Amino acid sequence: MKLATRRFDALIVGAGGAGMRASLQLAEAGLSVAVLSKVFPTRSHTVAAQGGIGASLGNMSEDSWLWHMYDTIKGSDWLGDQDAIEYMCRMAPQVVFELEHFGMPFDRNPDGTIYQRPFGGHSMNFGEKSVRRACASADRTGHAMLHTLYQRNVRARTQFFVEWMALDLIRDADGDVLGVTALEMETGDVLALEAKATILATGGAGRIFAASTNAFINTGDGLGMVARAGVPLEDMEFWQFHPTGVAGAGVLITEGVRGEGGILLNSSGERFMERYAPNLKDLASRDVVSRSMDQEIKEGRGCGPNKDYVLLKMDHLGPDVIIKRLPAIREIAIKFANVDPIKEPIPVVPTIHYMMGGIPTNIHGQVVVPMGGSPASVVEGLYAVGECACVSVHGANRLGTNSLLDLLVFGRAAGDFIVGSNLPARAHKPLPADAGDASLARLARLDSAASGESVAEVGNEVRRTMQAHCGVFRNQQLLAEGVRKVMELEARVRRTAIADKSRTFNTARVEALELDNLIEVAKATMVSAEARRESRGAQARSDYPDRDDANWLKHTLWFRDGNRLDYKPVNLKPLSVEAFPPKARTY
Amino acid sequence: MKFRIYRYDPEKDAKPRLQEYDVALDPHDRMLLDALIRVKAVDDTLAFRRSCREGVCGSDAMNINGKNGLACITNLKTLKEPVELRPLPGLPVIRDLIVDMSQFFKQYHSVTPYLVNDVPPPERERLQSPADRDALDGLYECILCACCSTACPSFWWNPDKFVGPAGLLQAYRFLADSRDLAANERLDNLEDPYRLFRCHTIMNCTDVCPKGLNPAYAIERIKDLLVKRTV
Repeated sequence: MKLATRRFDALIVGAGGAGMRASLQLAEAGLSVAVLSKVFPTRSHTVAAQGGIGASLGNMSEDSWLWHMYDTIKGSDWLGDQDAIEYMCRMAPQVVFELEHFGMPFDRNPDGTIYQRPFGGHSMNFGEKSVRRACASADRTGHAMLHTLYQRNVRARTQFFVEWMALDLIRDADGDVLGVTALEMETGDVLALEAKATILATGGAGRIFAASTNAFINTGDGLGMVARAGVPLEDMEFWQFHPTGVAGAGVLITEGVRGEGGILLNSSGERFMERYAPNLKDLASRDVVSRSMDQEIKEGRGCGPNKDYVLLKMDHLGPDVIIKRLPAIREIAIKFANVDPIKEPIPVVPTIHYMMGGIPTNIHGQVVVPMGGSPASVVEGLYAVGECACVSVHGANRLGTNSLLDLLVFGRAAGDFIVGSNLPARAHKPLPADAGDASLARLARLDSAASGESVAEVGNEVRRTMQAHCGVFRNQQLLAEGVRKVMELEARVRRTAIADKSRTFNTARVEALELDNLIEVAKATMVSAEARRESRGAQARSDYPDRDDANWLKHTLWFRDGNRLDYKPVNLKPLSVEAFPPKARTY
Repeated sequence: MKFRIYRYDPEKDAKPRLQEYDVALDPHDRMLLDALIRVKAVDDTLAFRRSCREGVCGSDAMNINGKNGLACITNLKTLKEPVELRPLPGLPVIRDLIVDMSQFFKQYHSVTPYLVNDVPPPERERLQSPADRDALDGLYECILCACCSTACPSFWWNPDKFVGPAGLLQAYRFLADSRDLAANERLDNLEDPYRLFRCHTIMNCTDVCPKGLNPAYAIERIKDLLVKRTV
């Protein structure tokens, strides 16, 4: 069946920080650009980021981009690509200043410069001591940034398609990407959106886990789309557990609490991070803190009736600091944990937060795959930026504040690269005759299935499986069993049915389509984790407790076709400075 | 727990109806959104928006037992049964609890909702004193959920002409920003019997804001600025 089509120079899927930073660059250059989003742009999950944007402005303590680069490489447990990390850290001050010029309401110092707070894993002089690098708007930095970017896009007259869900990539026989098929939720219409450049900025997929800080919309749509189109996913075993999710609720409590001086306590009131990370203590990197918390709980030093959480204490900061710098945290603690942090500590547990892996790209945001002997051959017409991409700046573990930075730097870089490639002068390639077939078949199956498995139940089973088999500590038995279960779940996903067959704003259909994406991310994660027999960053294997650079200093690539794995080398060569060779990682 | 939920599917229903649900909750279910997800698990035809589930994205605004609020930060313990849920008042209903927010966003877009400052910026940040930055507190935190504007009788009567509390709060957010250079144009844009002056200080906006913001105060400040400009 032939779909109605619309044409643009550039099409962006996702209106979070990365998508809107890219769209801004394109719209201000005068290109015809459309941004597709499942939700109104300011509802994208960037809105929930709290603590800050990392940039070596040096406003409050001496700093340099080289130190930031070193911290990021060390944080990544040497799995990050050093060219991309250098690029990001060098660009950081510029993208933060731009955001300020756009109107971002950063907190200020008495001299009028941007306020910066300390954050985990960020240090002065190559690990010597903590540094103030996180540029913050109280504890609502993501909210302030997302609204500022939306506002600036309104000024640039960017065209938004709000409450549209992208379904599948359109690829022709040459392998070039020519756009996407998409569902307009309000009408139920399916269209082909043609573009000379398609940028995926669909964010994370934390909803594959049962306990997650992520929003409901974080279902890995871009990852599912590329996996179905034959593009591999990179480093999917690396998922960050944020140390401080509210116990039971999963809601995020920013690392900025510890940046401002908050500390973690076990059941005997001990500041246990002093034992695990004598130098940076509570501000060690997230993988280290999460593992330490898990260890404390495992060894019986957890708090509460079931000894299953630790406490985040901040009352010693005093009401002024809490009300001024951490007002939304106080709101969350009161609402979701029944405690006022001015008086009492918050019960917290490590909670799934961020996907370090994703769609493999280069520093221009171009999607790259192994082809014809090259590990990084460009897929024409396809870009990915932000959390859905793996460029890779975060490697095996992301530092706090580097996520918002990643969105700004690589959203902008992809926009600039596309502007430089002179799209308006090029013609649209003809769409293949079967452009909409795969999407229409998925929809037809849902329309016709009279009975089958419940989407909610299968989704919950995926989440329970990931939580049980792919947690903070992993081992061969757990993972092998996890792979078997996830593959069984894939078969169940294909047998789901929905009662709602209507067209108008059918959210049951949207959730069923999202499950198609979640399962791809779950498979990629479990299979990649099972295969990697070492511990590095967020992948902690109790059966292989050490990092093994001789065998595993390499990126994983998972292919949906055949559930197959391949590997590619880590780029240890920066753009302009000396490389930082792997060494032991302590905080 | 018992619910009565507004249902309307334009493809099937000639007019809206209230449907009763009685769902078993899990002891961990804390907020109204948790209960709505239980309802949806037994009846997937119920449509509502939701995303962050922590009160920052503004998706799940609805009318809860007669008062506008966000489902994800409304504690179930505070609700009298049966809990009656309706779409936000005053906007066209697309389906069930989902309203068409075009008019709301049109008003937001009408206030030039971005910083205007055409002076070439310095290489680094523009400086702003902590006091000037403090002037933005209580303004920039708006999540555009529309609880306020859809609780405002003046917005119900004139949604096409009255900017409404959410839009006016944002208008003041830029008037209050020491970096913005378009105060006069912004005030010109609002000096109108409808756009600003349909506000009759009923204060429903401030009463329902789930973020504890005070649009009524911002509206008063805009009126003050207009008075100051004329004297």
